Amino acid sequence: MIPSIPQPKFYKGLYSTYIALFFVYLSAPLIVVGVFAFNDSLFPSMPWEGGTLAWFFGNEDPYIGIFNDTKLLESVGVSAFVAFWVTVLSVTVGTCNAFLFERSKFPGKNLLYIVSLSPLVIPGVILGISILVFSNAIANGIEEAIGWDLEFLRPGLFLVIIGQFAFVTTITTLVISARLRKFDVSLEEAALNLGATRRAALWTITIPFLKPALIGAGIVAFLMSFENFNTTLMLVGSDAPLTIAMFDRLKQGSTPVLNALSLLLMVVSGGLALLSVFVQRDSKN
Amino acid sequence: MNKSASITTGGTFRFGLLLLAMPLLLWLFLLVILPHVDLFLVSMRERISYGKYEFSLINYIEFFAEPLYWNTYVRTAVMSIFATALTLIIGFPVSYYIAKVMRGKGKNVLFLMCLIPFWVSELVRTFGWMILLRESGVISNFLQWAGLADGPVEMLYNDAAIMVGLVYTSMLFMVVPLVSVLDSLDDSLIEAGYDLGGNTFTVTRDIVIPHAMPGIASGCIVVFMLTLGNYLTPNLLGGKDSLWFTEQIYTQFITRFNWESGSAFGFLLLILSSVIVWVGLKLSKQTLSETVG
Amino acid sequence: MADQFDLECRNVVKTFDDFTAVNDISLAIPKGSFFSILGPSGCGKTTLLRMLAGFQAPTSGDILIKGSSVLGVPPNRRPVNMVFQHLALFPMMNVAENVAYGLKRRGIDKQTIAKKVNETLARVGLPDAGPKQVNQLSGGQKQRIAIARCLVLDPAVLLLDEPLGALDLKLREHMKVELKQLQHEIGTTFVYITHDQSEALVMSDQVAVMNAGRFEQVGAPQDLYYNPKTAFVAGFVGESNRWTGTIGSGDDNKVEVILPTGGKVLAKRDAHMPLVEGQNVEIFVRPEAIAIDGASGAENTISAKVENVLFNGAASSLQVRDVATGQEMTVALPQTGAYASVRAGDEITLGWTVENTRCFAANQSGAGA
Repeated sequence: MIPSIPQPKFYKGLYSTYIALFFVYLSAPLIVVGVFAFNDSLFPSMPWEGGTLAWFFGNEDPYIGIFNDTKLLESVGVSAFVAFWVTVLSVTVGTCNAFLFERSKFPGKNLLYIVSLSPLVIPGVILGISILVFSNAIANGIEEAIGWDLEFLRPGLFLVIIGQFAFVTTITTLVISARLRKFDVSLEEAALNLGATRRAALWTITIPFLKPALIGAGIVAFLMSFENFNTTLMLVGSDAPLTIAMFDRLKQGSTPVLNALSLLLMVVSGGLALLSVFVQRDSKN
Repeated sequence: MNKSASITTGGTFRFGLLLLAMPLLLWLFLLVILPHVDLFLVSMRERISYGKYEFSLINYIEFFAEPLYWNTYVRTAVMSIFATALTLIIGFPVSYYIAKVMRGKGKNVLFLMCLIPFWVSELVRTFGWMILLRESGVISNFLQWAGLADGPVEMLYNDAAIMVGLVYTSMLFMVVPLVSVLDSLDDSLIEAGYDLGGNTFTVTRDIVIPHAMPGIASGCIVVFMLTLGNYLTPNLLGGKDSLWFTEQIYTQFITRFNWESGSAFGFLLLILSSVIVWVGLKLSKQTLSETVG
Repeated sequence: MADQFDLECRNVVKTFDDFTAVNDISLAIPKGSFFSILGPSGCGKTTLLRMLAGFQAPTSGDILIKGSSVLGVPPNRRPVNMVFQHLALFPMMNVAENVAYGLKRRGIDKQTIAKKVNETLARVGLPDAGPKQVNQLSGGQKQRIAIARCLVLDPAVLLLDEPLGALDLKLREHMKVELKQLQHEIGTTFVYITHDQSEALVMSDQVAVMNAGRFEQVGAPQDLYYNPKTAFVAGFVGESNRWTGTIGSGDDNKVEVILPTGGKVLAKRDAHMPLVEGQNVEIFVRPEAIAIDGASGAENTISAKVENVLFNGAASSLQVRDVATGQEMTVALPQTGAYASVRAGDEITLGWTVENTRCFAANQSGAGA
């Protein structure tokens, strides 16, 4: 149960075995993805044909490595572009929301808070189609009324960014609010008391205090956007972000170049994850 | 945003508040509320000819008339509930181990190890399961090598494979709330339970689980919702016969370009998700803000 | 022989890695007594209590309850119950369910449980609290429920882990009296640990003063206060003026101690404590032992200047400085209200007896209270 309650050895051993098996289950898919990136075979499957780095650097058909696969590299660029804008927008709006919910009082605040949590309980596919339907209705309406064809309201990167922003903002709002809630308002009052203007107090006291949460929220937003599939699937146009491009390849059956790409993704997002953990942990001290 | 921190004279205060609330209102109205209202309206109309629509319930009637549709709907709901229960059963002992059995550094390390797989895209994780489960995959080869199977075994493209993938992909959302709620359980309550004569079973039933109820509820709600709305995992691990409701929505929207019917399906899925989330909250006496906040 | 003790520890040692938390403790608690273990935080008292409850196993030594060893007996089968520091009332159950918890575990039938729960709630003065939720109770009521939850099981020994620590001052004073009365009425053996000397002195029949894993002294409260055996006990129990000095000349009954300021104080020589000339010592004089205006029979007299009057009702005192040596000390004002007119700057004569001046070898470690 807990260490201070004596338990039979057998029971403890059984429990530890279960935990070990759980971690095998947790890590197995990731390990095989990584390992098969080095398999000298045209398919990411058994048998093992010997090691190769061709899936990273190769440029002879069919051994096209990830660094020479223009299509996939382009889609990485598209994803980074989308993720960048989603991060900027959602952290900015999330910060405003945090101040609104934590620092001000107005009628209907609770209702607004509930509504702003709702994107978390709306399945991503539905969020995607609702934005698709609505933006299409606006585009059609404008076209009929004044004859302009607003291309950005049709499926494409703009809608992908908007769609991801719609639910990522809920996450950033929660992360930043949680930090702001812990802020001792008397620190700001002390700054005012020492002669700071409201604006100066905000920039010199409050924002630095929020910094770990802002960075943490930014990392989470970037990763959520980069990895999003459901909402993106419904809103994507001709430029495919990475997840969509990979999905298409997977459906067709791909060479282990996908493993190589996945391995790189794991390394990058694992690194970002650790970074965000450390940023958040520092903020607790 | 600075004006809101304290009480200022009426006019400027209102203006400042409005400025601060603007992004929120734009976000919620343009991207959440109005799109869903529109989705509902579109689902309630019938296309007569190009650009001409009429109010109609035909899309919903079609849903109930066609067994494939509502079978898929019910199947998705049942499988999601099953996956949620399975995730809870597998994740609870692990969360308990991390929160209550481990101490000090090891605890944080184990918790991080639980989280790290989930920073990798769901696509990559599902890809991993495909490599493991397919006919030419790792497990099939292992079974043959170990003499447990005579020929290649196809473990992909069935419900069990879908379940394995769904549970895997949901685990994070179960473990995190459970660890945090179990972490908040004071050791002395468990000790008091034993001190008063309880054993592992009764202390777990009477003290640990009631205490963990909020975490169990929020974990289950989030997992259920994500599973219900999942597209990738059933599609890739279940193959053609996965019959997941999100696939029907995709087909209506993208393949058949029947947005009216697709909207109706979307709305039905949203209702299913909301009703079950609501029932879950009622049963566990939680509120939405507590659950996700 | 052993049966007359409800609880016995024999040479109990508990080490964590290279740290010795409990160092060779032996104790025997007679049936029906209120036994306190008093010590500063980190002295090992909580570890000792948790070993009694079964949440920790001693590294060596034996623990006996009602004459039989309980080593290897898990906490849920020991005939002792514990009131936890933060009470550990189960928030997911109401008051009656909390009290019934242990009885249910014993598989007792519902009617008996209900009857016993009601009796016990009445005994702690909360007959109607049963259906209430735990968070509806006040701090003092929670306390009583935590005790009732244990008493209903009729334990051989009730262990209490600083249960008054979380209460505010007024309530704590009140609960001290209530706990003592309760223990007196029910006659169960209580083992109470605390860092608050006043709790220990007010409630206990016997107090063990614990420091750095060892018992410094075990005795009745009066004993500890008037006849401390070590410098630690003298410093920890009650208020004292505490000075360091070296031994000068002396006889069988008293010694002269030379203070660094040059002042000389005559101190009592304890028969069991060997003191030699030139040895560093610590001396302790209680503020209330110092008489203002040099009462007769006082071997130590000085004239002192009042620096501060610390008025605190019946516990008022003066901070004074020896005119000759500059030595500071604290003197209690008599509770009769005499000398109420003393003001800062006044010069007064002070006197205290050898009997009230305790002297201990200075190499003993110990924190002052």
